[in-house]
Amino acid sequence: MADWLTPDAWQAVRLSLKVSLWAVAASLPLGVFVAHALARWRFPGHGLLNGLVHLPLVLPPVVTGYLLLLAFGRRGWVGQWLDQVGIVFAFRWTGAALAAAVMAFPLMVRAIRLSIEAVDPKLEQAASTLGAPAPWVFLTVTLPLILPGILAGAILAFAKAMGEFGATITFVSNIPGQTQTLPSAIYAFLQVPGGEAAAARLVVIAIVIAMGALFLSEGLSCMIARRIRGA
Amino acid sequence: MHDRPPHPGGVMLSVALRHAFPGFTLDAAFEAPAGLTALFGQSGSGKTTIVNAVAGLLRPQSGRVTVGDTVLTDSARGIFLPPHRRGIGYVFQEARLFPHLTVRQNLLYGHWFTGRGRPSDLPRVVEMLGIGPLLPRRPAALSGGERQRVALGRAILSHPRMLLMDEPLAALDQARKDEILPYLERLRDHVGLPILYVSHSPAEVARLATTVVLVDKGRVTTAGPVAAMLSDPATAPLLGLSETGALLTARVEAQEADGLTRLATPSGPLFLPRIAAPVGTALRLRILAQDVMIATAPPQGISALNVIPARVRDLTPTGDGVLVRLEAGGQVILSRITARSAAALRLEPGLPVHAVLKAVSVAPGTIGVSAG
Repeated sequence: MADWLTPDAWQAVRLSLKVSLWAVAASLPLGVFVAHALARWRFPGHGLLNGLVHLPLVLPPVVTGYLLLLAFGRRGWVGQWLDQVGIVFAFRWTGAALAAAVMAFPLMVRAIRLSIEAVDPKLEQAASTLGAPAPWVFLTVTLPLILPGILAGAILAFAKAMGEFGATITFVSNIPGQTQTLPSAIYAFLQVPGGEAAAARLVVIAIVIAMGALFLSEGLSCMIARRIRGA
Repeated sequence: MHDRPPHPGGVMLSVALRHAFPGFTLDAAFEAPAGLTALFGQSGSGKTTIVNAVAGLLRPQSGRVTVGDTVLTDSARGIFLPPHRRGIGYVFQEARLFPHLTVRQNLLYGHWFTGRGRPSDLPRVVEMLGIGPLLPRRPAALSGGERQRVALGRAILSHPRMLLMDEPLAALDQARKDEILPYLERLRDHVGLPILYVSHSPAEVARLATTVVLVDKGRVTTAGPVAAMLSDPATAPLLGLSETGALLTARVEAQEADGLTRLATPSGPLFLPRIAAPVGTALRLRILAQDVMIATAPPQGISALNVIPARVRDLTPTGDGVLVRLEAGGQVILSRITARSAAALRLEPGLPVHAVLKAVSVAPGTIGVSAG
């Protein structure tokens, strides 16, 4: 099994899993917060926030990657400040995770927002009349009811992060062991003569991971929904 | 009745609200003593809006709401307590139980936050509402009546200073209503919790209310003690002419062998089909005006059991007839008859008459238990 894949390819698979898991884990709390704000609150700039969140979905990924480079590169607007406190995104796996998180964010927010909008605000009102302050209403009523949606959003974002290519390669390049994720590795293998076989194996792995994530998501959603509706 | 102070026990709830919606303006004010205050009116008259403003779910453009000594809203002083700090229990028309929590967790939800009361209150309330077997279940597995009782228990266990109920029985059939009404009477009489109760059912109002507030097109048209409101020919028809009927207070005196219950009323004895209540129980009966006949001489050879000597106080023309107000032993009985009958009997204020009432005309579901 070990020699079925070259060490470089294995490295790419492991890196992709790490990058995607971190991208989802780190952006999930913000995703829930933004989805809740978009679904429940009316505030000036509501439309602007909605547009910003969705921008990576409609922009060419290369543009998003370039904007990330401008902002989070070592001499970028934000990057130069972060550099001073020791946080570096440029040409590191953390940068790949940032690019994946930004690209996956719209899908995550959309899924979670839909599930929040499906929660009857009357239940939240009832909770407030029983003495629960707003943050507790969210934690004890809204959050448990939107768990399936959060899960769906997280898995969708994970799958998107696994497949992210354009923004990643633009922002953090294609450095084996640092920023060469699974799609970048497939691309690299296809650039050299005789690399098709290794590329095909990675494609199989990509399909298996994606399908596995979907099955997991379905299974967990069913379980949670049964627990909520169940007798 | 009219020369009594409006609220002998003091004002418990005071509401004054102004709020303009597109196409609808709420401009309502009323005061109510302790007990159950019924907000009565057509759908869309603004009852739910008033209740939501009392709960703090709606912030009125201007107004003032006080419960007891506590100011909940006072726009002039910029006071607006958020719902979770009002201590007001709200039983919604749809129970609004939390679907992801068990019945027990639903019941204790308010207790987690208010910290008031003791968990030992749970068994008492569970027993009063008869929901013990439901505790481990989830709301999805409950019937409509069960859900509404759990919602009631959940509101009570948050230990509110007051309870709001927005047509809590509207979604239920008559059998389920009869199942819950006694609990509401117990709540009013034994727990002593002030209740603001939205209804468009005259039967519910007659059975439960201490005070009635009539709401029409966003305004309070009249308000007063229930017996006075229901026996006043000027206000009674506002509850619907076919539902017009005065309240009589009565006490169970004996259960007779032939299946009748003998009641003592200030107007004399009354015989009704068996009422399942122990001797001595105080009742309130609504006698529908259309079920009361008037005779100028003691009737003979008729099947009606209840013939009450009375005196005509006044006659009020209504759309299709005459509403006659009778006085019997200090209580008022209303009778609705045709103008032709009124003329044929030469009815006029002061005339001694007999009010005739069929024993079966008082529907068992409309008989309420009253305090004292």
